[in-house]
Amino acid sequence: MKIIVCLKQVPKNDSILRINDAATWIQDRDLTYEINESDAYALEAALQLKEKNGGEVVALSLGPARVQSVIKEALARGADRGLHLEDAAFDNLDAFGAAATIAAAAKSDGFDLLLTGLQSDDHGYAQTGVIAAELLGLPHATIVMDLQTEGSGIKVKRELEAGFFQWVTLPLPGVFTIQSGINTLRYATLKGIMAAKKKEIKKLDAAALGLDAATLAPKQQIKRVYFPQKSKQTQMIEGTGAAAAATLVEKLKNEARVF
Amino acid sequence: MANGILVFIEHVEGQINRASYEAVRAAQLIGAQLNQETAAVIFGNGVSNLATEVAGKKLNRVYTVESDSLSSYTPDGYSIAFKQVIEQVQPALVLMAHTYEVRDFAPKLAASLQRALVGDCIGYKIEDGAAVFTRQIFQGKLSADVVPTGDTPHFVSFQIGSFRGDECEAGQAEVQALTVNLNAEQVRQQPEARFKEAKAAVDLTQAPLIVAVGRGIKEQKNIEIIEKLAAAMGAEIAASRPICDNDWLPMDRQIGSSGQTVAPKLYLAVGISGAIQHLVGMKGARTIVAINKDAEAPIFEIADYGIVGDLFEVVPALTAEIEKMKQ
Repeated sequence: MKIIVCLKQVPKNDSILRINDAATWIQDRDLTYEINESDAYALEAALQLKEKNGGEVVALSLGPARVQSVIKEALARGADRGLHLEDAAFDNLDAFGAAATIAAAAKSDGFDLLLTGLQSDDHGYAQTGVIAAELLGLPHATIVMDLQTEGSGIKVKRELEAGFFQWVTLPLPGVFTIQSGINTLRYATLKGIMAAKKKEIKKLDAAALGLDAATLAPKQQIKRVYFPQKSKQTQMIEGTGAAAAATLVEKLKNEARVF
Repeated sequence: MANGILVFIEHVEGQINRASYEAVRAAQLIGAQLNQETAAVIFGNGVSNLATEVAGKKLNRVYTVESDSLSSYTPDGYSIAFKQVIEQVQPALVLMAHTYEVRDFAPKLAASLQRALVGDCIGYKIEDGAAVFTRQIFQGKLSADVVPTGDTPHFVSFQIGSFRGDECEAGQAEVQALTVNLNAEQVRQQPEARFKEAKAAVDLTQAPLIVAVGRGIKEQKNIEIIEKLAAAMGAEIAASRPICDNDWLPMDRQIGSSGQTVAPKLYLAVGISGAIQHLVGMKGARTIVAINKDAEAPIFEIADYGIVGDLFEVVPALTAEIEKMKQ
């Protein structure tokens, strides 16, 4: 069983964000990065499937040189090889462009399962895996909590709304978007980190993937980025000690009347 | 010639998803402003009663699409059928509620037509005679105004709660059946019946006071200070998803899109940044208090009272103050 897992590098969850001068995205200087949360669970799901069924786990990341650190992290945790999709033409992809790029790379490498997290913490499209499935002509399932191989296919547990779940059986190859929290993430061991140094990371650009400008052209465009307008007037209470606590309790009692 | 707005109506077990009426409301508003006709489409097998219900809203038409292969929702079945509906109806804009089901099929549908889905939007504005859609990025820390580019149809989904479904104007729409070519072999997903895990032990929906804890608590052993605060207040404890994912609190304490939806008298959010998946589960609370070290955390956008600071200082001080008040 060969599994390709897509790992997006995103700014750390607690990053202080600043808007760029053109107000089209954030300033990327001074940021530290991490693996997108649900992608980390997709990687763990891939590693566990390999431990159970044998095969290979390939860690794929799309982005500039810095994204090699997430590929290396995945290799240290147990992935076998890396695919790094890097090209100046990939700089401002929307979900469709990213999916087209990932689909081209996944197709050229071959796979039984293509895994992504269900949503990125930055753009938050929640679409890339599903679009890739369509472009590859493959079945998919989203918001997956569990994967069980069944004959030549796979049975996955999907999360639905309002506390419902559903098992769905699909043929392979297929594309699956993974929910956060479905397994326990492993850490890279020292041995894993050493072993990762010998593992291959293959770089692929737009030409190698046969991607033209028309395919990568955005189908949705950000006109402007801004801090959200407050929908409520928030009363900020200064301080953090007993005085602030007393002020809050007084307001909750006399203004909001909750006590 | 592409024209009009088409709304996707979702249903399960004979009930229309209330979020679909929010999308209908969005279509009524945008349609009136852009002078576009509005229609809705409902897929399934035996959905005439549901179509009649939707036809009671102010829409020009309600389309039904029925097939054995649409008896249960599958992304393949819905995408294939919906694509044919779009070819027949030729809408300029397709609106949907950003539900788990829409997330599952809409990106595939849009991609099959080489179009974008502008997903999870929270509103729109009209600029130069065209709709611009606002969506949240960085988990709600920032907003982005987005335009779909290229040829119509354009696909847009709206976050739950972005429009008031109960404000839909009433009307009398014409119901029209559409025929699509869909056979069972084209549907590759075989879904089983929906189920719930062991029944939730705690029903947080009935709690008047809730203290909720998030990632800011850092370690499991620190949950204790939250328990003390909740005990002092007589409140139930709840949590954001990461806390339950780590098993620091049981899953039935989780608030948000994948947990419980609550509207208590007081929701005190401690160390919760306010990712949208959490906010949808608690933004109906009457009074919201947020304690967070990050002044830019989205939770402050919806809070009535906020304290920016170290929760390890604020929470014990608050516990002491409430104990003092109760004496």
